[in-house]
Amino acid sequence: MLQIGGINFDLDFFLRYLLSPPRAIWEGLWVTIEVSILSQLAGVALGLVVGLARLSKITVIRLGAALYSWAWRGTPVLVQLLIVYTGVAAAGIYRYPDLVIGPFTIPGALQAALITLALNEAAYMGEIFRAAIQAIDRGQTDAARAIGMRPWGALRWVILPQAARIILPPLGNEFTLMIKGTSLLSVIGVRELFGTVQNINSATFRTFELFLIAAIWYLALTTVLSIGQRFIEIRLSRHERTAATVPANRSLLSRRV
Amino acid sequence: MAIGTREPAPLRAGEAALVRVVDVHKSFGALPILKGVSLEVARGEVVVLVGPSGSGKTTLVRCINRLETIDQGRIYVDGELIGYRERGGRLIAEGERQVARHREHIGMVFQRFNLFPHLTALENVMIGPLRVQRRPEKEIRPEAAALLAKVGLSDKLGSYPSQLSGGQQQRVAIARALAMKPAVMLFDEPTSALDPETVDEVLEVMRALAQGGMTMIVVTHEMRFAREVADRVIMMDQGMIVEMAPAQEFFSAPKSERTRSFLASIL
Repeated sequence: MLQIGGINFDLDFFLRYLLSPPRAIWEGLWVTIEVSILSQLAGVALGLVVGLARLSKITVIRLGAALYSWAWRGTPVLVQLLIVYTGVAAAGIYRYPDLVIGPFTIPGALQAALITLALNEAAYMGEIFRAAIQAIDRGQTDAARAIGMRPWGALRWVILPQAARIILPPLGNEFTLMIKGTSLLSVIGVRELFGTVQNINSATFRTFELFLIAAIWYLALTTVLSIGQRFIEIRLSRHERTAATVPANRSLLSRRV
Repeated sequence: MAIGTREPAPLRAGEAALVRVVDVHKSFGALPILKGVSLEVARGEVVVLVGPSGSGKTTLVRCINRLETIDQGRIYVDGELIGYRERGGRLIAEGERQVARHREHIGMVFQRFNLFPHLTALENVMIGPLRVQRRPEKEIRPEAAALLAKVGLSDKLGSYPSQLSGGQQQRVAIARALAMKPAVMLFDEPTSALDPETVDEVLEVMRALAQGGMTMIVVTHEMRFAREVADRVIMMDQGMIVEMAPAQEFFSAPKSERTRSFLASIL
């Protein structure tokens, strides 16, 4: 027990829970990772649909997508989460029974969490996709069409590969926000990292130590993510290196690794 | 293996011209760009379009492969009505699938190259046969490499566009268009965006292509190229063709006052 002035910090407890976390923390961490990845993946896929809809020639589709974006981006995730889970269940629309798929059981709260986070993320990713696609020179579409590509072919083989490079930094940003945002899920009873830590806290009352540990875990996750992002960025921008700068970039890389 | 030479399409009865433009009108909003342009290009012929900027040359070329829609008139390539079908004398725009099929055999080279920056030179040339014609990669790779050798870039197969000079990029773009085995090649000011010292390497490739029998429609300000390579030169002004004559005649004895003043201003 560390006692400096009035500060009460149990260093033993802190180090024990940090360095050899109990099983519950591992499980919570896993749920956090799982929910983040699944929601982000679904958000990216739906976001592409929203982004393309925002660029549609058909007014109704364009307006619908704009409305979607406006509503999901203009309200707090916490409120969305409670509407989708508690609200929808209270209104008797859908009561979120556990979903059993093969060996996996998806609890109701987790279903609502995935749905909310994915739909919310789609609104943000939609804007990112829209901006990235608009940033690609019109001449690229002309050239793709001139060799006989149809609109989807041009999108798949010419526009999206180039947009990917533009999307990556904001995508990394979104994923970071997603990981941190999953801590909100504790309010609807999803046993992710922060919810688990709060549970342990109510049994041990080592609040400061435990919340610090949670913060350290989130920091670890987002750090790993940003390192991964850096690698993908280098890989995707291969073609931006001119012949003259390749050696310089290589040495830069080898220093980093 | 025939590189860049089109497979001879059977000539239809009474179908002498490979490209036939009939009374084409086109406006951007209220602004008329083409006001009734008609033109026929024979198989193997090289036609150069000249004229002041804003005269409609680029728009005409873009209409031929339907990168622009037209308001009135007909454009036929190889006997096929491009981008439209005709019903009861009226034009009905074709769907994307059919338009794409039409474009496949109309090669186009742009002023600003428009190479795909995320692909290497070889991949730029391969992408059409690979993704549009869906031919096997092992078959098209040697073809694409041969095309790049033909435009003098056999040492740049793995280079990205950003690593190439303007002239090299434009030559890759020509190879990319040739990879689709086009019946006709359209050039939209192919040397206007180039540094002066790289203009000639592109013109050389185009000259060789013309000598190989390729049908070409070229928008350019390179009068020496027009004089030496073109079979016919066409002068456009304000959306209309004001003069159309064999190259020698066009330069030595222009008939219209407009052509004379244009030539005087640029030569």
